[in-house]
Amino acid sequence: MRFVGRTSHVCDVYYGRSIRKAEKLIQVRPCGERDRSNRMKNEGETTERPDNTAFTQQRLPAWQPILSAGIIIPGFLLIGLAFIGIGVGLFLTSQTIQVLERDYTGIAKDSPCFSCTIPNTPNCTCEITFALSELFKGPIFFYYGLSNYYQNFRKYGVSKDYNQLTGDTQYFKSPDNFCFPFDYDSKKNPIVPCGAIANSMFNDTFELYQIINGTKKQVPLDGKGISWWTDYNLKYRNPVLVDGSFAKAFNGTVKPINWPKPAYELDLTDQNNNGFLNQDFLVWMRRSALPDFRKLYRRITEGDYSGGLPAGNYSLTVHYNYPVMSFDGKKKVVFSNVSWMGGKNDFLGIAYLVVGSLCVVMSVVMLIVYAKFKFSDDDV
Amino acid sequence: MRLVKRRWKDVRVGDFVRVLSNQIIPADILLLHTSDPNGVCHMETANLDGETNLKQRRVVPGFSTPGKPFQPQTFSSTVVCENPNNNLNVFKGYVERPDKRRTGFGIDSLLLRGCTVRNTDDAAGIVVYAGQETKSMLNNSGPRYKRSKIERKMNTDVLFCMLLLFFMCLIGALGHSIWLETFTTMPSYIVPDRNGNYTPSVLAGFYMFFTMIILLQVMIPVSLYVSIELVKMGQIFFITQDVELYDEELDSRVQCRALNITEDLGQIQYVFSDKTGTLTENKMVFRRCTIVGTEYRHDENAARLAVVSGANEEEEDTLYQQTKLPKLPLEELQDSHTGDKNHANTQVTAANRHRSRVAAGAQCDMAFSTPLETVVVPDRKLTLEVDRQMASILSGPYLDFFLALAICNTVVVSTVTAQRQRDKGRSNSDGSFHIMGQWFRKGSLRNVFSSMKFFKRDGETLADPFAKDEDEPDMFHSSDVSDSTTGQKVLSSEGEVKRSLSRTEEVCYEAHSPDEAALIHAAKAYGFTMVERTPYHVTVKLPDDTLLKFEVLDVLTFDSTRRRMSIIVRHPHTNEIIMYTKGADSAIMERLGNVFSDMSQVDNVAKQIAVKTQKDLDMYARDGLRTLCFAKKVISEKEFKAWFAIRQEALSAIDEKEERLMDTATNIENNFTLLGATGIEDRLQENVPETIQALRRAGMQVWVLTGDKPETAINIAYSCKLLDHEQDLVFTFSTNRKSVCKMRLEDTLGEVRRSSLSPGAEVQFRGNNSGFTLMEHSIGLVIDGPTLSMAMSDDLVEQFVELCKHCRAVLCCRVTPLQKSSVVKLIRQKLRVMTLAIGDGANDVNMIQAADVGIGVSGQEGMQAVMASDFAITRFKHLQRLLLVHGHWCYSRLANMVIYFFYKNVAYVNLLFWYQFYCGFSATAMIDYWLMILFNLLFTSAPPIMFGIMDREVSDSTLLSLPELYKTGQHSEGYRRSTFWIAILDAFYQSLVCFFIPYWTYNGSDIGIFSFGTPMNTVSLFTIILHLAIEIKSWTVVHWVIMIGSVLAYFIVTLAYSAICTSCNPPSNPYWIMHKQMADPMFYLVCTLTTVVALLPRYTLHVLRGTLAPSPHLGARQLERLPPSRREQRIREWRGLRDTCISPSLRSQEHSSSPCPTA
Repeated sequence: MRFVGRTSHVCDVYYGRSIRKAEKLIQVRPCGERDRSNRMKNEGETTERPDNTAFTQQRLPAWQPILSAGIIIPGFLLIGLAFIGIGVGLFLTSQTIQVLERDYTGIAKDSPCFSCTIPNTPNCTCEITFALSELFKGPIFFYYGLSNYYQNFRKYGVSKDYNQLTGDTQYFKSPDNFCFPFDYDSKKNPIVPCGAIANSMFNDTFELYQIINGTKKQVPLDGKGISWWTDYNLKYRNPVLVDGSFAKAFNGTVKPINWPKPAYELDLTDQNNNGFLNQDFLVWMRRSALPDFRKLYRRITEGDYSGGLPAGNYSLTVHYNYPVMSFDGKKKVVFSNVSWMGGKNDFLGIAYLVVGSLCVVMSVVMLIVYAKFKFSDDDV
Repeated sequence: MRLVKRRWKDVRVGDFVRVLSNQIIPADILLLHTSDPNGVCHMETANLDGETNLKQRRVVPGFSTPGKPFQPQTFSSTVVCENPNNNLNVFKGYVERPDKRRTGFGIDSLLLRGCTVRNTDDAAGIVVYAGQETKSMLNNSGPRYKRSKIERKMNTDVLFCMLLLFFMCLIGALGHSIWLETFTTMPSYIVPDRNGNYTPSVLAGFYMFFTMIILLQVMIPVSLYVSIELVKMGQIFFITQDVELYDEELDSRVQCRALNITEDLGQIQYVFSDKTGTLTENKMVFRRCTIVGTEYRHDENAARLAVVSGANEEEEDTLYQQTKLPKLPLEELQDSHTGDKNHANTQVTAANRHRSRVAAGAQCDMAFSTPLETVVVPDRKLTLEVDRQMASILSGPYLDFFLALAICNTVVVSTVTAQRQRDKGRSNSDGSFHIMGQWFRKGSLRNVFSSMKFFKRDGETLADPFAKDEDEPDMFHSSDVSDSTTGQKVLSSEGEVKRSLSRTEEVCYEAHSPDEAALIHAAKAYGFTMVERTPYHVTVKLPDDTLLKFEVLDVLTFDSTRRRMSIIVRHPHTNEIIMYTKGADSAIMERLGNVFSDMSQVDNVAKQIAVKTQKDLDMYARDGLRTLCFAKKVISEKEFKAWFAIRQEALSAIDEKEERLMDTATNIENNFTLLGATGIEDRLQENVPETIQALRRAGMQVWVLTGDKPETAINIAYSCKLLDHEQDLVFTFSTNRKSVCKMRLEDTLGEVRRSSLSPGAEVQFRGNNSGFTLMEHSIGLVIDGPTLSMAMSDDLVEQFVELCKHCRAVLCCRVTPLQKSSVVKLIRQKLRVMTLAIGDGANDVNMIQAADVGIGVSGQEGMQAVMASDFAITRFKHLQRLLLVHGHWCYSRLANMVIYFFYKNVAYVNLLFWYQFYCGFSATAMIDYWLMILFNLLFTSAPPIMFGIMDREVSDSTLLSLPELYKTGQHSEGYRRSTFWIAILDAFYQSLVCFFIPYWTYNGSDIGIFSFGTPMNTVSLFTIILHLAIEIKSWTVVHWVIMIGSVLAYFIVTLAYSAICTSCNPPSNPYWIMHKQMADPMFYLVCTLTTVVALLPRYTLHVLRGTLAPSPHLGARQLERLPPSRREQRIREWRGLRDTCISPSLRSQEHSSSPCPTA
């Protein structure tokens, strides 16, 4: 490297800002009094000293649980016993609940509803008979059940328009995109209520008769209040009447493709059970979580049957409309009474019993382990 | 001529630059002019090599124009110099004048960028290297982005999560396809397109794959990264808040400059430390001397040092009482300031008080001139001896000895004005200092002169600092002396005070090295004060106040080969030519006249002196003192003339100048008469040996890398217990030949292997990383810079690393900054270990950046190291707490948190996955989307973060008393691949339980989709929170609040949300579901059962592990429950076990057969 000094270009070096800053941070050695006196003035103003509190020094009083056998063994035992207690209670309660299930899909040739499984048999009815040997205590809940029916299928689940269902007629004309392809019919008429859920509404109906001396005595079925109170009273709303007519509110719309009649004719006898507030409709719209499910159809709470179904023979007339054969689905009816824990459920009681016993066993195992490994030197 | 201010970045090669006193040099400048009449410029290189002394630079010969301003116009020569390189000690080149005359110059004419000009009003020169080409920049390898070990590991685990996600999505996609295939005709719940056509099942499956990714993406813990950042912020908050890492003297806390590697502090396996300023105070203190065979112990001086360094608190207190003082104002102040707040802190206060006292004694704002160094209490016996010789003969070995001490050096006497100027420059830039020390000092002053007028607290009198400046130091001095000597009043009378007062006022020394400063102050203590030094004269004031003005004939400067320096002077009275020499003992002893060399002419006296001195020297070395021998030689006029001619010739030579100069020096330096020797202490910082031992016990290998010479380094290594006289087998490597180096390496390695395999030595294997340790002899390795670079060359590096693995301690001396970093890199890469580098100077910057964790020690010298570091502390001893306590905490906290986070996400997401089997793999979620988002965001986010910040497995005191606990982190026991998979498996199990117990409970019932999801969500929350509760080791108020708060938040938010949201958020619509569920007793039964079943295995495992195979940490936790007395005993027992058989815990894991009982 070779260079020649340039002519008088002398520079006093200017220290950039960063340099000066860096220098400022330099800790000067302890030194003369003058420096000190300067700094004395700052005394008390700023100090870097951290706060000496329990929190900042991580000295907060702490509970440090140590899993010692003295706590664990009684703990396990207690939990075990408590669980066994609960389990016994649950199991016994579950045993008191009566359940009557009848499959009426009609797959077997000899089943009463076989004839209805043949496609294109409109208004097919079939009759299922059953006998009760003892009183079926009331109040009885009457369910219909479907299996292999995926109401939880994602695209199916989203296929409805909440705004329609709150009775907002604005959305009657332009159903939500989620309803696709059940938003418009082939002639571009909007469907109300739109969507796959509404379209696939369960439409079998049932009539229950007690056969007394060969004559059929109809058991009154209570269809009120089978849906959620909030659904009926808050969430779903019918559209406002137009010119005093409910049907006119639906002007310009068409019924869902699969429905035999429009929404405003779901229950002509009771306006409060009509339209979107129809209880069956509400029950259907609340999608079930699992592919094998049942939904409440009616309750038996009235008349002679308020105390339950007395022993005897019964006949259930099914208006068979809903096709399930295509996807190997099953249909059934379920009669059940309920307890505080809901319907019959043996699983939970047994599970509690098993887990409880396991805990007790664990505590014994623990005791053995503890005795073997710990007693020798734990007392020091 | 016009001077222009320019920015550093605008300085170019070839520019003329003028730098004023106390300014930082902007580029490498060839010195052409200084204001000094002798053409000398002093610069402080602390920023560069960490040495605080001043270095002298000379104007290029022939360009010095004393007294005249610099005239750049007249400069018309050509400068030729070597290419830019990173060697700070070598620089060659010449100036060619227009008339072709060439003048050589070397490193002693180069002002280095980054250094500070001191003591010189202005210096000017031509820039030879600028910017990136400067030597300091070439030594700076630039920053490295650091990523913590856990994070690196975590990233691969995230990949595993992605793989898992991929498989889950694949299952979803295949499942969906197959499910669709089962239908011959499509059921009413499968939605067709407008024309009634259905997507082909394969295509639907393909789409489903991506839908699944969206549904299950929580599997990839993106939130983990955010949480880690938060956790680290919290951890850093607590580290910086630690009052025990606070330095009262400098008023600074520990600084965390890197925010992302806190947990690496808990995994360190190798510690690389700088020596000067890091292990030591970088303050040399005169301790002892031996003169013509008589040893003077300087007990009083030792006692003073012990007091000043605060070795014993009680002792100090007694001393105060003896000086009949009322409570010092400072003490009161301190008490009110700190003492009342917390009992636990009193210890800290006490320790700080010592320090403040040390600091308070600072009396002269010079390099190496705290009272520690300047104040030497003379030995009484020696004083008497000196007085006797003074009185009688005015010559003699004692006087010669002290004259040698006083003049045989390169110390510059600086004027008071220069000193003040420097003060000014500093006080401006100085931000902080120790207030406490200030008060303390005032207090002690008042005790001596209780009527002192200027003592006031407010700034009024302080505004007149000069008055005090002159008075105070010596008052302190005298009071200090009377304190420490307790009754032996050496200097306590009024007259004495005045005398010493006037004396110190006059001189302030600028020493090249701290040793020289210590020596010259020692001489001063005996009355031999050097009052003036010019290139041609040295003036010394004798104890009887007479002045001796020596003519300096030549100075043979120190170099590392000769390891001695000499000064040749003419005695003013006798006119004799005398050479005084000082140097390393070996360098002097071998050149004594006729003592050992010629046995026929046995000079009995001289021989005896030599033998005795050697004995004393050995003793000094054992005590870790730096030793220097002093000798004298009287040269005849003739001999000198002949030699001087050769010398002049050598000086003017250009080729091989160095060698020739050395030859001439060696020629004259012989036939010495031994005068004596001194022992100087480079005072270790407080608690350095303890810290090193603690780090060792924690399984860390400690290396010391220093630029210092081997002798000093080894001394320090012994005194800081890095090496041990009894236990360590020390191999020293120092050679200039590669073949020798190779041979030595092979030999040593063979020897080490043999001894490690011999049946006599008990060998403990400690995993692959740390090699093994010999029980009988551990191996220490001392290696110097040149040898190191040979050892690190490609063909020898494997052997070297292998050898290093066997060494308990390695000491590298004379290494350059770049070598430091390459050593660190080598070890880090070859051994795949976590490294930490600690240093305080700019010379450590590379090393700090190369290591996994870089720690800067702030304080004595500049901020370069701190700027480059990840953490900055003020004392070496803080390292112990930083690593053993905070490092350990941070590591175990973060490791646990990361594991937990993986678990949490998988456990929750799998719920959705299991549901896919019951919804036709259609990616339906049974939980409301908002609740799902909030679940991660709100309900379960705070507990793990708090867990990561605040959990405390073992208390700090236990961690400090049992450094062995640190090994967990070193071996990454907190977070391994196995831990990860166990967590994942547990997550799978728990999610299965959380899904299937509700499933079996509700199957076949009329439950709605979100009514089904709600208990699962709740159960999941309980499981996840309680899982953490099992993991939490200590519960403070904060823990309780956050844990209970999270559960409450879940219920409140969910209830509120499902009450308000009548028809919002389609399609999920949670309206009133939670309320309905909570009114159902089944909900609670399901929740209880599921939670218990989900957590039972983990809980049982914890319990069984605690009983059957307790970890060291569990043992430590149990210790904490014991009463203090029993705890002490147990800790001792524990340690006893650990010492005899190294780390049974570790061995039991890696080698199942363990001869040692587990504690």
